[in-house]
Amino acid sequence: MKLHLRVWRQSSADDRGRFEDHELDGVSPDSSFLEMLDLLNEQLLEQRKMPVAFDHDCREGICGMCGLMIDGVAHGPVPGHTVCQLHMRHFKDGDRIVIEPWRVAAFPVVQDLVVDRGSFDRILQRGGFISFATGTAPEANSILIPKDRVDTAMDAATCIGCGACAAACPNGSATLFTAAKIGHLGHLPQGQPERYRRAIGMVEQMDAEGFGGCTNVGACTSVCPKEIGQDFISQMNRDYRRAVLGRTGD
Amino acid sequence: MSEHLRHWQDGPELDGQVPPGPIENKWDALRFSMKLVAPANRRHYHVIVVGSGLAGASVATALGEQGYRVSCFCFQDSPRRAHSVAAQGGINAAKNYRNDGDSIRRLFYDTVKGGDYRSREANTYRLAQISTEIIDQCVAQGVPFAREYGGYLDNRSFGGVQVSRTFYARGQTGQQLLLGAYQSLTRQIAIGQVEMHVRSEMLDLIVVDGIARGIVVRNLLTGELRAVLGDAVVLATGGYSNVFFLSTNAKGCNVTAIWRAYRRGAVFANPCYTQIHPTCIPPSGSHQSKLTLMSESLRNDGRIWVPRRPGDSRPPDAVPEPDRYYFLEEKYPGFGNLVPRDVASRNAKQVVDEGMGVGPQKNGVYLDFSEAMERLGRATIEQRYGNLFDMYHSITGEDPYAVPMRIYPAVHYTMGGLWVDYQLQSNVPGLFVLGEANFSDHGANRLGASALMQGLADGYFIAPYTIGNYLAGTDRTAVTADAPEVTGAIADVRNQLSALLGIQGRRTALSLHRELGQIMWEQCGMARTAESLSTARTQLQQLRESFWNELYVPGDAGSLNQNLEFAGRVADLIELGELLVLDALHREESCGGHFREESQTADGEAKRNDEEFSYVAGWTWQGEGAAPMLRREQLAFEAVRLSERSYS
Repeated sequence: MKLHLRVWRQSSADDRGRFEDHELDGVSPDSSFLEMLDLLNEQLLEQRKMPVAFDHDCREGICGMCGLMIDGVAHGPVPGHTVCQLHMRHFKDGDRIVIEPWRVAAFPVVQDLVVDRGSFDRILQRGGFISFATGTAPEANSILIPKDRVDTAMDAATCIGCGACAAACPNGSATLFTAAKIGHLGHLPQGQPERYRRAIGMVEQMDAEGFGGCTNVGACTSVCPKEIGQDFISQMNRDYRRAVLGRTGD
Repeated sequence: MSEHLRHWQDGPELDGQVPPGPIENKWDALRFSMKLVAPANRRHYHVIVVGSGLAGASVATALGEQGYRVSCFCFQDSPRRAHSVAAQGGINAAKNYRNDGDSIRRLFYDTVKGGDYRSREANTYRLAQISTEIIDQCVAQGVPFAREYGGYLDNRSFGGVQVSRTFYARGQTGQQLLLGAYQSLTRQIAIGQVEMHVRSEMLDLIVVDGIARGIVVRNLLTGELRAVLGDAVVLATGGYSNVFFLSTNAKGCNVTAIWRAYRRGAVFANPCYTQIHPTCIPPSGSHQSKLTLMSESLRNDGRIWVPRRPGDSRPPDAVPEPDRYYFLEEKYPGFGNLVPRDVASRNAKQVVDEGMGVGPQKNGVYLDFSEAMERLGRATIEQRYGNLFDMYHSITGEDPYAVPMRIYPAVHYTMGGLWVDYQLQSNVPGLFVLGEANFSDHGANRLGASALMQGLADGYFIAPYTIGNYLAGTDRTAVTADAPEVTGAIADVRNQLSALLGIQGRRTALSLHRELGQIMWEQCGMARTAESLSTARTQLQQLRESFWNELYVPGDAGSLNQNLEFAGRVADLIELGELLVLDALHREESCGGHFREESQTADGEAKRNDEEFSYVAGWTWQGEGAAPMLRREQLAFEAVRLSERSYS
């Protein structure tokens, strides 16, 4: 396959950035999108130019390191996939593809397609955990959890923290990411003692980081590689409102 | 062995410092004899942790909770992305919740046998003892393990063992365990007990008066090099499967941290013990950058075959039954498609080498579910393997419900690593090594669902005690930033970065890494001979020269330069490759994942040589261009009896 690539280049956070056009020939339809970028980078090195910086690691859709806007869609055209699991057979010979980094105020661009997602870690630092010290755990089966509850918790816990939700959101909101962690821990008995504290802390931090608010657009779920649902957002909002109004029943 | 003697020199034996007494009591007795640091004094100690996977995140958390000051480093943009995240299957624990005969002793025995009697018995026993606490710990963290309708934890049988002792969270157990550890680590970061440094790469170990006192770290965003000094250094930096270029490891996985420690005097043990996983998706072309593992549970219902006639290029449904060669079922009627990983892998390689491989590249074997679908119905197959079939479909573009899957073995895990004693301390005092980065618990092959167990056992329940013991027993003299060992280490790193940038040749780090992988896979992969290994030695020497003469790295060292980072890792992988091949050459026996064709039974199975090789091979760096020194740790088996594996 031959492709016309329009790639975002930005040397540093201070650089204004610009698009750069490249022709790339000899792309195998069986290669992944990132392998296609590997090929582009080999071509750039041959021309003694700087390769395009992009984040990636596991290349099997679980580490959450990769993420690109492909023709304006987070992780590209195939739903339920990260870009490392997107294969070039979903494109046609001669296609023109526009590749950009996540465009979110709270994810500043570091270089080319690499962004800083430290804001996600800081949201979790405001309560995305269960407070207990190693050694204090009771016997595992002394905590009984109905199967449907643990399955729901697991649906939320599959979040890989890639940031596609915020990148797809017209408001640049991190609500689905935040709600997924609140939903994971909130469905488990172990997560109950800190449930409302967690909702307040994480929501506050999300706002402090400069993420936008949620207006129920739903773009987040449609690009989420783990297809995490909107219902977790409702739960987060419920927990947050109860916490703010002091109606937590504690 | 004598003909190879010139390749290394023998050194003094290594002592694993295994405590005396019955195996059940060793750990308990040692813990009681350990020195303690009083709670109020712990804040005076600074521990450096490199790596944030299961082992790194858990030890940083546990030390932070105890009150030590901890600095933790990872090269990714968040500790949550470490490669532990990719483990699918599950985690073993001797809970015996199924009442099916499991026990600490059985898990211990299975692990020692699975490692083909090349692990340190006492370490493996302790691992089995601690396994039960790990599950309690993870549940308390909120890890959503699979459960029964009654609310109790579910278990499954995994990796061919005869009891159900594996805990799991869908096909994402590694991810959920890592998120559990990451959440606990996050809490320590939030309260300021652990200082987290992301996008930071350790490029050297600082050793002062023979004691590990710090590391040299490069900030990958700014290029800044600095020394971080502390009272103990913990390396939890994973394995080195990427020496084969194509492996199931994440692209960032590398040997640099432990390799640079090796060059500063730490002993590297058993580098030739590498695990090959039989059920991966074969490469689809020269663009291939990594391989994807499919859970080996697929072998429970899939039948493995190739066309009997080499070069037969008919589509699978056009190959009539008599022309199909179900090679595992024919050769191993007792176990059939469920033979152990290494046996399945070697047989797949053999038929592919003989020209019977399938697929566009002729580099796979079929894993066929048509018989299982007839017997069980499509719905059952969907329920059992639906997500795996979807993953296969997404990667290959082929529908495995309609055409047989194609699979081929790939490197998955490395059992070798830095040598550690029973307290997980290397031969360099103050340097501790945890998880896949050390060599200790799995011997020559690793049992399924045991990697996660080891990472968390080391990090939560072993190192937090033994590091305290070390710190309490050490007189600390302050090391200052202007000490010659510190400035020297920084200068060495700076010089190496300049050297990489200064070559300005015509070859990319990627092309050199690919070539490294080809050499390792062809000459030192699933089957090894003295001849292939000698060839590899010559080829690797040439490759190392090519690397340092022909490499091209663009840009500078003063900002984010992914190519520069990568080139440094490839340089270390090439050197490691040479040591790995030497280790494989010296070990003239077959054991576990290390198969020497010269050493096989009449049925073509791996044949150990306990008389000569029942030891850990510990390699010590002797300087540039000099042959390394071999130090042996003799393995003594008191609790289990050595026996030969048989699957026919």
